[in-house]
Amino acid sequence: MLIPCPHCGPREVSEFSYQGDATRTCPELTSTDVKAWYDYVYNRPNPAGPHREYWQHSGGCRAHLIVTRDTRTHEIHDVAFARAALNRAGEQA
Amino acid sequence: MVERQSPLTPIFRPAVHSNDVGSISITLSEVTPLSIVEAACWPGLNERLTAAIQEVTGLSVDTTPNAGVVGRGTAAFSIGPDRYLVSGEEDLSARLARVLSEETGTVTDLSHGRTTFRVSGTRAEWVLSKLFAIDFSPAVFPVGEGRATAHHDIFAQIQRSDAAQFDLYVFRSFARAFWNTLCTAAEEVGYEVIEA
Ligand SMILES: [Zn+2]
Repeated sequence: MLIPCPHCGPREVSEFSYQGDATRTCPELTSTDVKAWYDYVYNRPNPAGPHREYWQHSGGCRAHLIVTRDTRTHEIHDVAFARAALNRAGEQA
Repeated sequence: MVERQSPLTPIFRPAVHSNDVGSISITLSEVTPLSIVEAACWPGLNERLTAAIQEVTGLSVDTTPNAGVVGRGTAAFSIGPDRYLVSGEEDLSARLARVLSEETGTVTDLSHGRTTFRVSGTRAEWVLSKLFAIDFSPAVFPVGEGRATAHHDIFAQIQRSDAAQFDLYVFRSFARAFWNTLCTAAEEVGYEVIEA
C-alpha cells in the first residue's frame, strides 16, 4: 500500500502512522450528551469501501494528512494535508 | 560550546573493505557539520523563511517540496511543509534566530542531536536503495534536493549533495547502529571508510 504524500510523493505505508477515523466530530467540550460522547469515543461504522482517515507521515515529512482509502482494496481516492492552509497554498502554486 | 564527541568514536576505523572480487565502489565518512538547525515558519510565511535562510547562508532555496541547495560549507533542504534543515558554521543557529522573528517562525538547534554520514561513489544509489524505499535516481532526486524518510524506525533526512553523493542526517542515538547497517549494506559493492 502506497500513500501519495502531498509533500513527499508516494511512500510505502510503513512510513505512516494511522491516527484514526476522520469522520467523527467532537461534541462541545461542555456537552453532557452521553449518546454524543459515546458515539465520538467508541462508535465506529467500519465501512467496507471508502473511508476518511487521519494519517501522519511520521517516517517522512511528519505532516498530518486526511486520506480517503477504500478499506477493501487500499486504493487511495484522495489525500490532503489535515492543516487546510497548506492545501490552499498548494492550489495557488 | 560543549565539546562534541562523535558517537562513532569506539568503532570508526578508516580502512578499505573490498568486496569478493576485490573492487571498491563507494566511500563512507562522517561529515557532521558544526551546526545543524531546523528552521520552520508559520503557515503562509514560507517566502519570509527562505529569505531568512538566504540572508544567513547565501543559499537561495526554493519553496517547493523537497527543494534544497548545497553551498560551500553550508547546505539547506526541505524536510517537510514550511520546514528546512540548515547546516553550517558554529554560529548558524544564533544568526538564524536573529533574522527569523517569532512572528515568522522558529529556529531549533539540532547540532548535538544529529549525526551526518556521507555516502559517495558510483554505487551509492544502489546501496541506499537497499535501505530506503525511495527512488534515488537523479531524474527524480536531483542534486541539492532533500528527502525525509526512514529505515525501519531509524528516521533519516537525506540530501543529494553531488551527482554521486548523499548526506544522511540521522538521530545521534541511532548513529552507531545505522553506521553498522550502512557498512553491511556496502559489503556487496566494496567500500572504503575515510576520514572526512
Ligand atoms: Zn510526507
